[in-house]
Amino acid sequence: MRILDLTAMELGKKIKAGEIGVEEATAAALAQIKAAEPKVHAFVTVDEEKAMVRARQVQEQISKGQLAGPLAGVPAAIKDNMCTKGMLTTCSSRMLSNFVPSYTSEAVRNLEKAGAVILGKTNMDEFAMGSTTETSAYGETKNPWNLEHVPGGSSGGSCAAVAVNECFYALGSDTGGSIRQPSSFCGVTGIKPTYGTVSRYGLIAYGSSLDQIGPIAKDVADCAAVLEAITSYDPKDSTSIRREDTDFTSALTEDVRGLRIGIPDDYFGEGLDSQVRETILAAVDVLREKGAVVEEFHLSLVEYAIPAYYVIASAEASSNLARFDGVKYGYRAQEYEGLHSMYKKSRSEGFGPEVKRRIMLGSFVLSSGYYDAYYLKALRTKALIKKAFDKAFETYDIIVAPASPATAPKLGQSLCDPIQMYLGDIYTISVNLAGLPGLTVPCGTDSNGLPIGMQLIGDCFQEKKLLQAGFAFEKSRCYKGPALAKELEQESGAVFQYTSVPQQNDSQ
Amino acid sequence: MANIIEDETIEYVSILAKLELSCEEKEAAKKDMGRMLDYIDKLNELDTSKTEPMSHVFPVQNVFREDLVADEGKGNREDMLANAPERTEEAFVVPKTIE
Repeated sequence: MRILDLTAMELGKKIKAGEIGVEEATAAALAQIKAAEPKVHAFVTVDEEKAMVRARQVQEQISKGQLAGPLAGVPAAIKDNMCTKGMLTTCSSRMLSNFVPSYTSEAVRNLEKAGAVILGKTNMDEFAMGSTTETSAYGETKNPWNLEHVPGGSSGGSCAAVAVNECFYALGSDTGGSIRQPSSFCGVTGIKPTYGTVSRYGLIAYGSSLDQIGPIAKDVADCAAVLEAITSYDPKDSTSIRREDTDFTSALTEDVRGLRIGIPDDYFGEGLDSQVRETILAAVDVLREKGAVVEEFHLSLVEYAIPAYYVIASAEASSNLARFDGVKYGYRAQEYEGLHSMYKKSRSEGFGPEVKRRIMLGSFVLSSGYYDAYYLKALRTKALIKKAFDKAFETYDIIVAPASPATAPKLGQSLCDPIQMYLGDIYTISVNLAGLPGLTVPCGTDSNGLPIGMQLIGDCFQEKKLLQAGFAFEKSRCYKGPALAKELEQESGAVFQYTSVPQQNDSQ
Repeated sequence: MANIIEDETIEYVSILAKLELSCEEKEAAKKDMGRMLDYIDKLNELDTSKTEPMSHVFPVQNVFREDLVADEGKGNREDMLANAPERTEEAFVVPKTIE
């Protein structure tokens, strides 16, 4: 058996049982990174040395019985907008090309407590603004299923890295779909939890009222385990929520009898690729056969989510990104005359076009004379959208939607028309506006062999229902990564294998 | 296009945004912003006269705490200054601000 084919939970078990060493697993991931990066470019930073040192440390703690969690020793990757002490954190921007944080974000710290080995930082759209990972200042990431296509975004690096076996799981962040859409494009599983579930402390802010960190992994069980590890109440994040029901792995049962699933007709109509529609509806049929009750309904207000989102997210971005002024960290222009010129030149040279576009729009909608007409109007629209979801969840446990209107587009096709790109977020964005949890589970491929993901949306705090339905669905199929993952492993000549010791009562 | 963005508007917004745009960038920004606002105007189809603006989905309140260093890493001056584009031994250096 190959180490890289294991899920995070499977690897964790084998590490615990002493079948695989932490260093061995880390070396296997690093070898795959070496083989895959020239083709896929999922990482901005890989720190081999630090990872191996950490692997030895974790192995020692496991051997001494000081670390026993399901993820202890499992190598992971982190999206490059989460601060990692002593490790470069760029947000894929020129602005932060040399930024080394002096502290670690709370979510990553929670992972470290659980025994994670951090391999490096993954590529993303600059400051998480984009849907393709093409706005990165460090070059685009390619989709491991077809290198001519984008991996989606903004957590494209994290999703591609998981798909091509460069890590066993990754963290992403989701402001308007940035975990769920690239998970769909890369054929992996990703969950955006209810707003406030995972601390945003140390997550470099884009749209603070919408941003949430979440796991990206090979399957639902891994997502549940990682989510369980990163969830915590954190007084350092004023929007952090104290939750009791955070034992997400307990929801991994196949029983969906009586689960009420709503299919919004306004998500499955015009604008949705027919192969995507059919594949998702076939996946819903699997849940129906297992006893779920499926019904169509009308969600309403769908077309207003994108305009409302771009007003709110841009407004918050314009305020959040004001901190990049060339004083305390980040890029400073070489030539300037006086303080204001230094600010302006540093920001204009440090930010890329999409970031500037959103800062400009955000500054405009917040400016006096336009604040009521645009910003407050968007916040009122958000309230209406939330209400529409509240109403739906009176009847349904879960709403099933696509994650994107089509499969991954080709590289170079999206950035020339921003509005067209924004429209691709239609099925993910309202979930952020309403603060809801959303899970993407791979459910098939189109005729070009590109993955299709099904999005499960739940009411606030109902992650368990999503995980349960996702788990029940994926039990009906086998996880299949892109062929490239195995090809690269073969080519590199560094195939890490292990011999399984027969175990009693191993249900997998 | 319903929304025509004037040069003055772009000038004003770039002052607010602290961005210095080149001539081409300004022209592009005028076009982009006009198109975006046309699209955003779709929100005017909705009657929101009876709806309160919702900034957060949950009621949030300020979280207060003692003004003490809670994160050991953050107390280290050298670590904090290490990222500065320009610094002295113990301070950030900025261009002269008062004549």
